[in-house]
Amino acid sequence: MSRIIQYLSAEHYQCDNLFAEAECAVAEARWEQAVPFYDQFRNETEKHFRQEEEVLFPAFEQASGLVGGPTEVMRSEHSQMRRLLSRLGHELASRNAEQFLGEAETLLTLMQQHNLKEENVLYRMASQALAGQADILLEKMRALEAQA
Amino acid sequence: MLPIGLSFQQAPPISVPFRFFITAPLFLLAAAALLFAYGPDLMASRHSAAALAATHLVTLGFSSMVMCGALLQLLPVLGGVPLGHPGRMAWLVHASLVVGSASLAFAFLSGRPLFFHLALVLLTTAFGCFGLWLVGALRKIREGGASIQGMRAALVALVVTVSFGLVLAAARSNGLAIPYVALASLHPQWGLGGWTVLLIVDLAYQLIPMFQLTSPFPARMTSGLIPSLLLMLVAKTLGEFVSGPAGEAISLAASLGLIAGYLWFAIVTWRLLALRRRKVQDTTLQFWRLGLGLLALSVCIALLSALAGDALPEAWLQMLGVFALPGFILCVIQGMLYKIVPFLTWFHLQSAYPGMGIVPNVRDIHARFHADRQFALLAVALAMLAASCWFPVLSRAAGLLWMVHAAWMEINVLQAAHIFRKVRRVARMRAAH
Repeated sequence: MSRIIQYLSAEHYQCDNLFAEAECAVAEARWEQAVPFYDQFRNETEKHFRQEEEVLFPAFEQASGLVGGPTEVMRSEHSQMRRLLSRLGHELASRNAEQFLGEAETLLTLMQQHNLKEENVLYRMASQALAGQADILLEKMRALEAQA
Repeated sequence: MLPIGLSFQQAPPISVPFRFFITAPLFLLAAAALLFAYGPDLMASRHSAAALAATHLVTLGFSSMVMCGALLQLLPVLGGVPLGHPGRMAWLVHASLVVGSASLAFAFLSGRPLFFHLALVLLTTAFGCFGLWLVGALRKIREGGASIQGMRAALVALVVTVSFGLVLAAARSNGLAIPYVALASLHPQWGLGGWTVLLIVDLAYQLIPMFQLTSPFPARMTSGLIPSLLLMLVAKTLGEFVSGPAGEAISLAASLGLIAGYLWFAIVTWRLLALRRRKVQDTTLQFWRLGLGLLALSVCIALLSALAGDALPEAWLQMLGVFALPGFILCVIQGMLYKIVPFLTWFHLQSAYPGMGIVPNVRDIHARFHADRQFALLAVALAMLAASCWFPVLSRAAGLLWMVHAAWMEINVLQAAHIFRKVRRVARMRAAH
């Protein structure tokens, strides 16, 4: 059961690392390094969102019959995070460190409480409901990873 | 079977936690005002009427107040628990905690039984309702891992603390014959070392790795520390009631176990923070570091006290109290408050008015707190209070510093509430046009 949890939680960890690198680079005015870190962070985060929105959530909704519940809240938080991510890109392009760090801290807090809910509740529910489909789902998620 | 009841509702309305956060610094202010007014009289003994009043203003009015507000907010997030009637529950717990804490302080200062009775009824109501709500919420969480077990342990400690407190208050007001000295020693140990510290440890397991991007706490600690501390507190309690050398041996062993446990937590947390992946500094980190340092110091004094017994002068025990309560506990709680208040302000505004571009980010809100300067003031106020244990003549100056500190904290929370209302007003006006 825990393979889906492990796989998706490891991605949270990876995104956190990229976030920390990008934030630190901006704080130290290392703009040349900040840009690739930010790009990687945005790409990894977007890929992770798609794995959930296109693979995990629909499968969970179908297996549990819970449509418009937890998955809908997660989708709406994804869209809040996407808005913050694009703001970060904008601040990075205009090299506005103060604004970037402000949006980054906001994103970090939102992202962490979102991850907490996913890891503590949603992934556990999903891995129970989808115990028989773990292999297929992981394969579909890896396929999205290859596309990214 | 799926926990279908888990509806994953969003956080409760911002008024639920904010009423607790706005009130809490006022109680800290009241405690500081007592220190200023009574000065050396308050510092004469940990058990002077003014010292007891001030201590309870801080433990009930400040730290329990913030923790209740934070739990009503955090638990739905940590465990996906929907809240039943959050507004009514918050109103009841908050109102009875406010009037109950104030009554208890008046009761200590005036010695009048009426205030003790009022405090008994109101604090039983506050913690009874809150405890039942927490039991209900924890039962709904099918899988929560170590975090939920820790919260259960903290709840057990809260029940023991409040029960001992009620018996002590009844004894003080009605002259009920009880083992007063033993209970008066156990009550703060369960309150500070149990309810408050267990909850802080449990929240730290979740919040430190997430927000400071550290490695997780070691599994041995997350599974073993809180149950062991609870067990040691039970042993300590038994030791107080077993007479003779056996009782003393149990008490000493339990004290050493508790000291080792708290020290283990301080060292591991310090190390995790030192190796954190997020390199950008934030004020919460400073508050945690100072708090952990003070925890280690208070544990060292507790060790001296356990080994020296009654030979240790009163000033050392007062200093232990200072490092533990306005030291470790206040630092950590204030650090968390300064993280959670800007986030909640942003989160509720952003959720209600997305895409309008008028919501300040958390750093903008936090910047108005001037938390760095306030942290420096806190360090000075703590040093002055610790010095007052030895030189009571300094206590009025310490009281004054703490009054400024508490008032500043109150202004900061009010500023966040003001930003919330201002942005909401602008958003509503725009929506109306």
